[in-house]
Amino acid sequence: MSAAQWRKAMNSGAAAQAWPRQRRAATEPAVPAEAPAGYADQNAPAWRKWIWQRVSARHVLVLAFLIVYPLVATPFFTFQIGAQSLALGLIALSLMFLGGYGGMVSLAQMTVAGIAGYMVAIFGVSGTAEISLGWPWWVVVPLALAIATVCGTLIGWLSVRTEGIYTIMITLAIGVAFHYLALQNYSVFNGFQGLQKVYPPEVFGLNWRDPLPFYFLVLACSLAGYFLVKYLARSPFGIVLQGIRDNPRRMNALGFNVTAHRVAAYAVAGLIAAVGGVLLVWYNGLITPGSVGTSWLINILIIAVLGGVRHPIGPFLGAIVFVLLQNFAIDVFDRERFNLVIGGMFLAIVLFSPDGLLGLWARLAARFGDANARSRISTQRPASRVSPTGGL
Amino acid sequence: MSRFWRWFWGIVIGGPIAVFVVWALADNTRLFSVTLLNGLTLASLYFIVAAGFTLVFGLMRNVNLAHGSLYLLGGYLGYVVAEHTGWWVVALAVGFLAAAIVGLAMQVSIFRFMQGQDLRQTMVTIGLSIVIADLLLWTFGGQVHQLSPPGWLDGPLRGIPVINAYSKYRLALLPLGIAIGVLLWLFLNRTRVGMLIRAGVDDRGMLAASGVNVNLVFAITFAIGAGLAGFGGVVGAVELSMVPGEDVRLLLASLVVVIVGGMGSVVGAAIGAAILGVAETFGLAYAPTYSVVFTFVILVLVLAFRPRGILGRPA
Repeated sequence: MSAAQWRKAMNSGAAAQAWPRQRRAATEPAVPAEAPAGYADQNAPAWRKWIWQRVSARHVLVLAFLIVYPLVATPFFTFQIGAQSLALGLIALSLMFLGGYGGMVSLAQMTVAGIAGYMVAIFGVSGTAEISLGWPWWVVVPLALAIATVCGTLIGWLSVRTEGIYTIMITLAIGVAFHYLALQNYSVFNGFQGLQKVYPPEVFGLNWRDPLPFYFLVLACSLAGYFLVKYLARSPFGIVLQGIRDNPRRMNALGFNVTAHRVAAYAVAGLIAAVGGVLLVWYNGLITPGSVGTSWLINILIIAVLGGVRHPIGPFLGAIVFVLLQNFAIDVFDRERFNLVIGGMFLAIVLFSPDGLLGLWARLAARFGDANARSRISTQRPASRVSPTGGL
Repeated sequence: MSRFWRWFWGIVIGGPIAVFVVWALADNTRLFSVTLLNGLTLASLYFIVAAGFTLVFGLMRNVNLAHGSLYLLGGYLGYVVAEHTGWWVVALAVGFLAAAIVGLAMQVSIFRFMQGQDLRQTMVTIGLSIVIADLLLWTFGGQVHQLSPPGWLDGPLRGIPVINAYSKYRLALLPLGIAIGVLLWLFLNRTRVGMLIRAGVDDRGMLAASGVNVNLVFAITFAIGAGLAGFGGVVGAVELSMVPGEDVRLLLASLVVVIVGGMGSVVGAAIGAAILGVAETFGLAYAPTYSVVFTFVILVLVLAFRPRGILGRPA
């Protein structure tokens, strides 16, 4: 066996590429670190003990803030900032799931979301009567989700048979190919103009495009996605996926079907991205080839990296920062130079803090925080992975 | 794959293509020949750009997604130089050098400190591509810049048997692409640096262990790869014109060529470029709204049967 083959066998997998540096990205221990200590009331029912163990003050605060926020904020802030960040965060969450837990960075998540959006527009009601079929929403939405998830699985099946860095290339190629298909095809995708006037249906007497109902719809879906990812990460499937991320050869030797697990991860990520895509097309009210163009494919990556891929909250943080920048950067910079600002910020993040905002937070907590935070950080640093360039 | 299945898939894929070729030749020979020539000349351009991409990836495992922006950079700078001096050849040289210098700067100042972190390098190239593309948009605006071909290549070449007339410049792309291919082959196979690059593509660790200054080899390779993109930019500025969206289009083409042809293989890039260029042009000529589907089908076929590409080797 050549030296290269031996090295590859020992170091196969994302762990060898050491990005983000602390390679225990997004792992909380599979079992609670400490055995349940004494509770305030040892005779409390099991569910109450479970809540005391898992739910802390900050969770309650964040949830309360999210629920109260639309009641105090202006409609602009609720709809444009709040709902948009949550929908984009959901799509970026799918990328975080694939990249952080699966080790496969896929640039085609926005494509899957776009496919779901296009299916909603084509099968449902839109301004282009010649193309849209006008089916009722309770047929259209599940159908769109199913088609987009199948497409996501197919994209995954194409990408998983090659190694790590190929995934970005292949998914980017697929994403751009779909963009050109939507751009050039007029009979199905209506070409350059896309499909306009795609609105959420009126259900239970509520117009779901009003800021308040729409915000709560997006919030519900985002919470569902967030908890799904958190649950999956600690489930046997998630643990195996993280093992495959770190060393696929070893997992294969242990008897796990590496390809099947990876394709299943793509399917789950495809479902999450599809939900985000439906919400996004309802938010925008239209879908065009520009919505699935290169800039949006990369924006989702920027959002995920900006927030950090170590924890499911990262993509949502990144989305909030991105949307705020998008809306308020024109007050500081020239409106047309937005790409430069975003690109420069992304460069700065990747060069100086590859873990994104969460990584920054962790490092600040370690420097100024209590011993708990410091010990949490040190247990996350890989034991013997010395980077050749040092630093960070 | 057993012999039976090889024949089976060969017939399933080759059969419809053969039928189509026979039909198209019989139906409209001129259209077929012109499309074929268009496809081969487009393949020439794709090969020049993709060869740089595959060199960089093959040796340094760096997926340089800023390759399209370097193409744009070379094209715009070549346009400016050609407008000022009136010499297309000088523009070619400037395009090559400018992109090579920017590539060299990227490698020496950024990528050198990220050896082994492939994903992080790719992210950096994505960020760089956004920044460079926007800077070019700022400087040159969004309108189309069309570089005119040099005097001796301007106009049509008449008297060709089936086709009657064909653009001289476009026809010249074929020997240009072949010349670049031959030069690259000579460089990789008959010079010492080329030998080091090929050795590095095979086994980077052993190259470093043999006492070679690996960083120097990497810098040279990146400079050449980026320079090829800039060179392709000047060539394309005449043929395709410079528009802000061209970087994405050429990047996609390079990606597909390298995926189809195999990583790190210049001959693979030639084969991949030929397949992609011909397929795309025939798609545009015979089924305009679905031409991208042909590209996509080729991609899917190659990924399904030979995930490493036609001439790709295990890393």
